[in-house]
Amino acid sequence: MERKTKIEAEDGRQDLLIIREFDLPLDLLFNAYVEPEIVEQWMGTKVLKLESKKHGGYQFETSDPQGNVVFRANGSIHEFVSQAKITRTFEMENTPFPVQLEFLDFEALTGETSKLTMQIIYRSVADRDNMLRLPFAQGINMAHDRLQEIVGRLNKKL
Amino acid sequence: MNLRRDVFQALADPTRRAILLLVATQTMTAGAIAANFDTARPTVSRHLQILTECELLRQKQIGRENHYFLNAGKMKEVADFLEPFRDMWDDRFNNLEAVMKNYGQRPGR
Repeated sequence: MERKTKIEAEDGRQDLLIIREFDLPLDLLFNAYVEPEIVEQWMGTKVLKLESKKHGGYQFETSDPQGNVVFRANGSIHEFVSQAKITRTFEMENTPFPVQLEFLDFEALTGETSKLTMQIIYRSVADRDNMLRLPFAQGINMAHDRLQEIVGRLNKKL
Repeated sequence: MNLRRDVFQALADPTRRAILLLVATQTMTAGAIAANFDTARPTVSRHLQILTECELLRQKQIGRENHYFLNAGKMKEVADFLEPFRDMWDDRFNNLEAVMKNYGQRPGR
């Protein structure tokens, strides 16, 4: 599958860039970050609070099927310019990851397409690198589970 | 003598993999981790010891309690891990695009 998101994360830096062009007009793209009910749909998390304005606060939460909270994040909005930028902090609660600073820049490319450039700044190079490795670490677990499942099925046939 | 454990051997056990998933995004005490499993507490402690010995788990003191968390820093170069990170964001943005395309087609828009 073709991947459209670009990540720029040079070695030794404590920030990274996430860049993505969308087949959406700018107002729809920006709206996706502003409306709590919409954020819930594409981020796959529950929005406890989202005040889309300067000095607003937000909080997201994800639970497992048993109802245990497995993820919670919160932050404050520092700058909010409609159709253009959101500057905010982002903190994953109950983890060793310190709060991070995010600059989201939205722009129109054509009448029907737009682009998001997100710069995330971490407290240190090590913190950034740890965050980068997290999906890989989770992937190892899932890969092992699949391997285990396959081996289990093979063993049953022998 | 403290034998350094092989990471893949440590990952071969499903309970240990489940423990790693639990602490991937949050710190947890040994008690909180054990509460998630039907396994006896000393067995869970043994798993925690193995994971700590091979450095997949690290510990930090928060208040009076010892908290475990995933040592994602056990892995190698940043460049090797960009793909899963990028995939995660790309999946999210694909969702965003699909949701908003639907939204953009509501009547009255």
